[in-house]
Amino acid sequence: MTIRIGSGSAWWGDRISPAQNNAEKGALDYLSFETMAEATISAAQVRKRRDPSFPGYDTWLDDRMNAVLPACLREGTKIISNQGWINPDGAAERIVHWLRVHGAQGVKVAAVNGSLITNQVLELTDTILENGKPTKSLKDQIVSAEVYLGAQPIVQALRDGAHIVVTGRIADPSIFAAPMMFEFGWGMEDYTRLGFANGIGHLMECGAQVTGGYFADPGRKDVPNPWDLAFPIAEVNEDGSAIITKLEGTGGIVNTQTIKEQLLYEVHDPSNYITPDVVVDFSTTKIEELSENRVMISEISGKPRTPTLKVSIGCQEGFIGEDMFFYAGEGALQRAQLAEKILRERFKIVGLKAEELRIDYLGLNAIHGDMSPKPAHDPYEIAVRVAARTSTREEAMKIGREVDGMAVSGVGMTGKRVPHQDRTREIIGVWSSLVDRNAIHPTINFYES
Amino acid sequence: MLIKLVQLAHCRSGDKGNTSNISVIPYHPEFYAPIKQQLSAEKFKDFYAGVVSGNVTRYCLDKLEMFNFVCEGALGGGVSRSLCLDNYGKSLSSRILSFEIEINDDFKNLLH
Repeated sequence: MTIRIGSGSAWWGDRISPAQNNAEKGALDYLSFETMAEATISAAQVRKRRDPSFPGYDTWLDDRMNAVLPACLREGTKIISNQGWINPDGAAERIVHWLRVHGAQGVKVAAVNGSLITNQVLELTDTILENGKPTKSLKDQIVSAEVYLGAQPIVQALRDGAHIVVTGRIADPSIFAAPMMFEFGWGMEDYTRLGFANGIGHLMECGAQVTGGYFADPGRKDVPNPWDLAFPIAEVNEDGSAIITKLEGTGGIVNTQTIKEQLLYEVHDPSNYITPDVVVDFSTTKIEELSENRVMISEISGKPRTPTLKVSIGCQEGFIGEDMFFYAGEGALQRAQLAEKILRERFKIVGLKAEELRIDYLGLNAIHGDMSPKPAHDPYEIAVRVAARTSTREEAMKIGREVDGMAVSGVGMTGKRVPHQDRTREIIGVWSSLVDRNAIHPTINFYES
Repeated sequence: MLIKLVQLAHCRSGDKGNTSNISVIPYHPEFYAPIKQQLSAEKFKDFYAGVVSGNVTRYCLDKLEMFNFVCEGALGGGVSRSLCLDNYGKSLSSRILSFEIEINDDFKNLLH
């Protein structure tokens, strides 16, 4: 038995047409949407506080669902999605609305809850993983806390007849592993199969990053038609192998190199990649190129899961103020250096209180910082970029205000943008901790069109 | 002959909090052993001096013939707090492609 699982998105801002393409032409059994980054939930909580009308789920939910629902209904493709963010029930109700608009009756939508533990996080956790301090030290800053759930509640929802499952925070590989576990009856103690399922999920969760996205390096790693990248499709076999591929006629590439780059993406110890349901061992993986854009993956293994689940704790940590301005032609670097000196003096005069201040020269050292080699020649163009981290928005605003001053009170031949926004943003810092998995109880609510 | 890694391997970086992991993937199996011998975790850390402030751990995947370098303290305090324009460190991996490796002259026609 083989099932076909397609990727519908790899993050909130991802393209939508490749998802529609997969739904329409992929002959898919499942289409999975991943839409969350580490701080997505916290940002949604902050927005909800300010704007009670914000529904709390993926802001592209309507667009994504309308793009794929007609084809998914026609093809019988089930949808697994983490677009629920802080309101999986609201997302499920909205999907039911669109199902009815598309004329579908009796389609079951499941909402998975139970990942949000903001109110209990200080009782359920002890230590911040990144710095060893007690989580209680975050008490006054916490915006949101979410447990990374595993595949089990999705598998349960599918067993109960759901055609569409929408969740909040969940481990990314789980939205791909769950259909395999459901269809093939792989149990929670079958660590080899769970390791394989989550390993394939890991290769799929970043979408186009395995089909030629985040990959091209002209002359060394060329990607055909990179403006038309497909999202991947996994043809998963019950025997514990899978072919990673993409639709014919699309841009991009699937080969050993794209698989290897994605296999290690955001992985630390490749023999011990911890997911909620299993510890994946990638070191045993076998990769075989079968034909153009078809790569067989097998022999991923797994070990028993840990007794804990990961918790992300989002905290309000102040603000960043940021702006930039420009020089070109003869003496551009010297004018940039004088501008930096003026700004540093101005920040003293206006008493800027910054936890960190950074002034970069784009084109010289803004990206690789102190690692950047000295240039052999002065650059023809240069942008001066200023950024500071502060505890209040008022302090952060001083960055943009002082850059404004450079327009008429600064250096000759300064290029400047119109100040079109306040040039500050709020920092939501994310910390991690662990929670006893027995303390977490996901629940499922069902809706029907 | 001394060859820049860019002709021997490709790479990708990923972020988790304040840690960046940078993969180094040889284009050919022949390059795995010399890279393993010459690009230690210490050498890697030295090459990222000024950006990577914490420990670097190297994982060697002998079956897949590739490496993973896990760099702590690489992202300016973490993705959301970093003042770096590239706060995810997506472009950090390209730095290692300038590292030079001694390669047997016989492999000349395998260079990328």
